Amino acid sequence: MIAERWLNAALYLALLAVPLAAWALDEPFVITLATKIAILAIAGVGLNLALGLGGLVSLGHAAFFGIGGYAMGILASHAQSYTPLMQSPFLIEGTKSMPVIWLVAIVVSAAAALVIGALSLRTTGVYFIMVTLAFGQMLFFFAISWPAYGGEDGLSIYVRNGFPGLNTLDPIQFFAIAFVILSLVLILVSRLSRSAFGLALDGARQNVARAETVGINPFRVRLVAFTISGAITGLAGALFADLNRFVSPSMFSWQTSGEIMIFVILGGVARLYGPLAGAMLFILLEHFLGGISEFWHIYLGLVLLGVVLFARGGLIGTLSRAAAPHD
Amino acid sequence: MTEPVLALTGISRSFGALRANDDISLTLRAGEIHALIGPNGAGKSTLIQQIAGALKPDRGRITFLGRDITGLSTASRARLGLARTFQISALAMEHTVLQNAVLGALGYSGRVFRFFRPVMDDPALVEPARAALARTGLADLAHQRTGALSHGQRRQLEVAIALTLEPRAFLMDEPMAGMGADGSRMLTDFLRTLSRDAPILLVEHDMDAVFALADRISVLDYGRVIATGSVDEIRAHPEVRRAYLGGEGVG
Amino acid sequence: MSLILLAEQVLNGLQFGVMLFLMAAGLTLIFGVMGLINLAHGSLYMIGAFAAAGVAAATGSFLLALAASLAAAAIVGGVIELVVIRRLYQRDHLDQVLATFALILVLSEATRWAFGSFPLYLNIPPALSGSVRLPGGIEYSLYRLSLIGIGLLIALALFWLISKTRIGMRIRAGENDREMIAALGVDISKLYTVIFALGAALAGLSGALVGAIQSVQVGMGEPVLILAFVVIVIGGIGSIKGALIGAVLVGLTDTLGRVLLPPFFATFMEKSAATTVGSSLSSMLIYILMAAVLIFRPSGLYGRA
Repeated sequence: MIAERWLNAALYLALLAVPLAAWALDEPFVITLATKIAILAIAGVGLNLALGLGGLVSLGHAAFFGIGGYAMGILASHAQSYTPLMQSPFLIEGTKSMPVIWLVAIVVSAAAALVIGALSLRTTGVYFIMVTLAFGQMLFFFAISWPAYGGEDGLSIYVRNGFPGLNTLDPIQFFAIAFVILSLVLILVSRLSRSAFGLALDGARQNVARAETVGINPFRVRLVAFTISGAITGLAGALFADLNRFVSPSMFSWQTSGEIMIFVILGGVARLYGPLAGAMLFILLEHFLGGISEFWHIYLGLVLLGVVLFARGGLIGTLSRAAAPHD
Repeated sequence: MTEPVLALTGISRSFGALRANDDISLTLRAGEIHALIGPNGAGKSTLIQQIAGALKPDRGRITFLGRDITGLSTASRARLGLARTFQISALAMEHTVLQNAVLGALGYSGRVFRFFRPVMDDPALVEPARAALARTGLADLAHQRTGALSHGQRRQLEVAIALTLEPRAFLMDEPMAGMGADGSRMLTDFLRTLSRDAPILLVEHDMDAVFALADRISVLDYGRVIATGSVDEIRAHPEVRRAYLGGEGVG
Repeated sequence: MSLILLAEQVLNGLQFGVMLFLMAAGLTLIFGVMGLINLAHGSLYMIGAFAAAGVAAATGSFLLALAASLAAAAIVGGVIELVVIRRLYQRDHLDQVLATFALILVLSEATRWAFGSFPLYLNIPPALSGSVRLPGGIEYSLYRLSLIGIGLLIALALFWLISKTRIGMRIRAGENDREMIAALGVDISKLYTVIFALGAALAGLSGALVGAIQSVQVGMGEPVLILAFVVIVIGGIGSIKGALIGAVLVGLTDTLGRVLLPPFFATFMEKSAATTVGSSLSSMLIYILMAAVLIFRPSGLYGRA
């Protein structure tokens, strides 16, 4: 386990050091890649809370990623066109302020996760997978068919939203925002997994009859975990939309759900830093394989197959086992 | 006579055409060990599951400490102090022994929704958990991974977790299963001590243990209680001998 | 709206439903017997459609195209069962999801590599083009009517296969108890390959049949796959009957919702707003149906509780 701790620290520091070096060398593209990794890692950490600790195989987390993205898109588009979101019964204006957008993204995606979770958690196992996938698809089709915010074409935001005291258009400053949020989310989930709630959630995953028999209601514990998980992934969606200054229904697509799950798996399920390792690996694969072949998804698929069939601890599990053979 | 701790009145439960439990009434009194015996398929498991709350009866009523619990969930029953141990150990195998016991204390405390404080640093939960481990002889194994425990140690841990619920009644499903002769004897002594804490409703196949431990025995056959009585009464009961003991002499 | 138009839409919904059934039947059979969730089922649908489009373009024969769709999907299905899927039966659902997701990536990109990114078109055969006049004066596409007929015939054949034949007996035995079927002396791994290939062939056939009224392109399978999941959640996992009822319910709900909801909202809303609300809501209608089933029957209409 000591080896894993060192590996985590190395990954975390690499994510900080590479963009700093790129900043010194004036390579903004590398900074943007690192920012993307940090944001996708946040989404993965969110999913990992439900998937790794709670054992809830959600194939619909794109729903929350997309909701976060559209929270940003809708608020910012109203702000940039100076039209209020709503006039009656009370006035709601758009905003270009990141903290406000984040708050809205968190609240709305948490509410959606609460509703979707309450329905999906009536089922378990393979039903749960299919139901979460279906609810994700429902929001995808809704986003396509609702014309007010761009429908199929999505929504462009011309200027990145603001954060008090920072110039968010400067890549390194926006990276700093994403990195700090990732750090906070990692601390939060780390505390959570060692808390009373984390023990109950993990216990219910390992043996649901045991949890019930000591007086724990597994449905409630899982629903709360699913809601927090959705809220974190929603926050990542808002940041991702700000990174691209664009939102589209593809944020809601089943491929997005699958990719968020890939971050978690490539890195190692139920490992706190797994999604960070997975997002790094994914973006690097996308960047390098994508440079070699336009059909790079074939190679991604083969890598994923290999990890699932042969390297079940993911990147962190495999590397920390290699580094600590006596573990 | 004082009110029984646990009382079943007219419990019936069918699976399709099969009447697994048919109009079962029985009580668990303060201080006693009440054994539930019967051949395989007599409906013991179905009954235990209904008492624990994993199955809902079609008809009938279950009261615990004077309160109707027929409609309560498994979790709510546990928080009232109805402590169940499983026939096949149901433990969080990836957790340590202590974590399993703390999970019990946590569930009983009802304070599950605490998100920041490390649970293993909370003396209000860890102390009762350690005390329960000490009583069951597992104190030295507190930091062992549960999956690495032997079969007998897992059974002990089941009991330890039950103890963290500050139990008002134990519901034990074949605690002797898979234990060697020595283990059974030790557990028999331990259960007798335990029954001073709270009465035990015991489902058990090991007849030596049942006859050594039980204050009262109820015999289930084809989903019905065919006899309830003291050890001697049950040994002598003609219908029991015919249905269950195959007519052979016992003891 | 006239009754004739409504009847036509009911037939459209039925046609959509029976095609969904072909997908859902394979999925539910594979889950019921092998306990496997297969996300790559949509890829087999796509492969069937591409094989049909390719053979139709080369030979001009629609029948040969259909045969090719069955063969291609069954072969690809058999191969992936032998190479990948059978390693997954003993794994948990998460591993199954990931590995079959990886298969989607591989199969989709391989198809794109072989056929390019542009959609292909598969023509309706001349013998089935045009429309027929049904009782009550309904003019309806002969091809779509044929799809309904083919789908119902296959449903009947499946019911017969499962309830009356030796292989069906083995399938039912396998659903109940894997050890029992092994004890019967059946080569279980061969049985699994056959069932997987059968499910794949059904998916491939429905891809080809639907390909003639829509375009054939990479990515066409997954939306249908997800709809088939909705069908299974509604019908209950492992039940062919549930799959049929669920598929028809989903087909009718989706088709009729799209037609009826906008005018319904127009009765009390301004027209353009009614169109917006109606079409957005109708795109979510089957998921709302699924949610309702989850609330009242979490294991589906015909699922084992």
